[in-house]
Amino acid sequence: MRTVRIGAGQGFYGDSLLPVLDVARYGDVKYISFDTLAELTLAILQKGRRKDPTQGYTKDVVPMMRNLLPICREKGIKLITNAGGINPAGAARAVAAVARELGLGDLKIACVTGDDIYDRLDELAAQGVTFQDKETGQALGDVRERVLFASVYLGANVIADALRQGADVVITGRTTDTAQFLGPLLYEFGWGREEWNKLAQGIMLGHLMECSGQVSGGNLQVGWEDVPHLERIGYPVAEVSEDGSFVLTKPEGTGGAVTLRSVKEQFLYEIHDPTTYITPDVICDLTTTHLEQVGENRVRVSGTVGRPAPPTLKALLGYADGFMGEGYISFSWPKAYAKAKRAAEIIAKRLEMQGVKPQEMHVEYIGINSLWGALAPEPVDEDQINEVRLRIAIRTASKRDCEVLAREFPPLLLSGPPTASAVAGTPQPRELMGLWSTLIPRELIEPYAKVEVAAAAQWGVE
Amino acid sequence: MKVRLLDLCHARSGDKGDASDISLFANDEWAWGLIRRHVTKEKVTAYFRPVASGPVEMWEVPNVHALKFLVHGALGGGAPRSLRSDNLGKTFAAALLRMEIEVEE
Repeated sequence: MRTVRIGAGQGFYGDSLLPVLDVARYGDVKYISFDTLAELTLAILQKGRRKDPTQGYTKDVVPMMRNLLPICREKGIKLITNAGGINPAGAARAVAAVARELGLGDLKIACVTGDDIYDRLDELAAQGVTFQDKETGQALGDVRERVLFASVYLGANVIADALRQGADVVITGRTTDTAQFLGPLLYEFGWGREEWNKLAQGIMLGHLMECSGQVSGGNLQVGWEDVPHLERIGYPVAEVSEDGSFVLTKPEGTGGAVTLRSVKEQFLYEIHDPTTYITPDVICDLTTTHLEQVGENRVRVSGTVGRPAPPTLKALLGYADGFMGEGYISFSWPKAYAKAKRAAEIIAKRLEMQGVKPQEMHVEYIGINSLWGALAPEPVDEDQINEVRLRIAIRTASKRDCEVLAREFPPLLLSGPPTASAVAGTPQPRELMGLWSTLIPRELIEPYAKVEVAAAAQWGVE
Repeated sequence: MKVRLLDLCHARSGDKGDASDISLFANDEWAWGLIRRHVTKEKVTAYFRPVASGPVEMWEVPNVHALKFLVHGALGGGAPRSLRSDNLGKTFAAALLRMEIEVEE
């Protein structure tokens, strides 16, 4: 049976640029796929684009491509990424510029658009789209005025199209994480659009690989002490058969570990209902998948049952939702925790005295409960606590209120409980963004998807 | 006898909107039998109530000896609007591993 090898390059915007080099050099792969977009990422990119309209893509695609393109040209590896974010054309231009600098003007770059519906919201509403929130059923209502970005999750077809048109590098906006991996398989094996079980296996491949090191020994909850050489962690590589079954592994000589345990943890990661994992390409039933360790750092994945793709696509809208102000201050033994609590009371009263009424106030004691909140058990012996760092965050409608909060921390050094330190400047107010998920009939979206392929020499050249 | 889930299981958590998505994996057949019987939706709901404003959904995934939980309203409104340091709920898997269950001797 014919097989193809595919590697993972990045699991999110900000992931390390190093492991992908091992995948390219030693992974023996024909494709490397990058998933750079999480829900939070689009919010971050929107902030960037508002400051500078040429931004809005994940900026690390530039150094990434600078490192990779020469190796990939030599080895004939094709690259697939949703680094376009909310500005795929901007990303394509930036990557083309890098290719030209490297003397690779003939490199074919594809740019996929049609996912961004920000400018189509009113038109879609006129066609009867209600934008009801998928979770709460609420109507969009006055949130409409505050929408900052709106992107639909496209599936793997557009990526396969780009590859059929000869692309060496495929850059998309919000295509799904899994599509980065299913796309090349559709192209390689020519799977039919209704071969649901094969598609489901392709989605599982994508799902297992989309978070890079999280399947090959990273973030392993139990047994992490025994995972070798995380500094040189091998990002996942899969050997995929034409029938859709595959073996997950990693490049020779790298650290990390591909074990049943590491694969299982990623297998169910963020998928919600395991019987109904919905993607634009197929609906997967993860309770049918078979996982088997077949060698050292080799796990075979097979048997996933797929059901027909849904009639709707998911859209994610981000909307402005006030500001977050925060402040930090640390206290040392003795009674560090009690001092930090007293400081929090003082700050709350100081806000009150200045008429600041936050919509929400969140108090954390770093070292005690900043990660678990009220789930963290209280310390048994306060005398054992060396230090505690207080963090207070507020949500407000105005930036000014955030500044008032930050301003109240430094005075505690002289006029608060004793042995306070490490105020660390005054943190700047941060814009908060709410997320709104909704479903849109796919026939209103897919005809707008566009795949443009051109040589690097042509992109962005007037 | 009281047993901590950490001694029976491994786990991973992530986010989707305002929900924390937590998977709990039994280390072996014996542990799978125990968590299937004793880690109930009611128990997990009560455990996360101090930080979650919404309900908890639960699924069994027998092929990987796992229980899947979706804890709604646990992330302060979702990552980009959350005031929490752990705005993605990455550590809630560990919080669940600290839960104790009462098992047969």
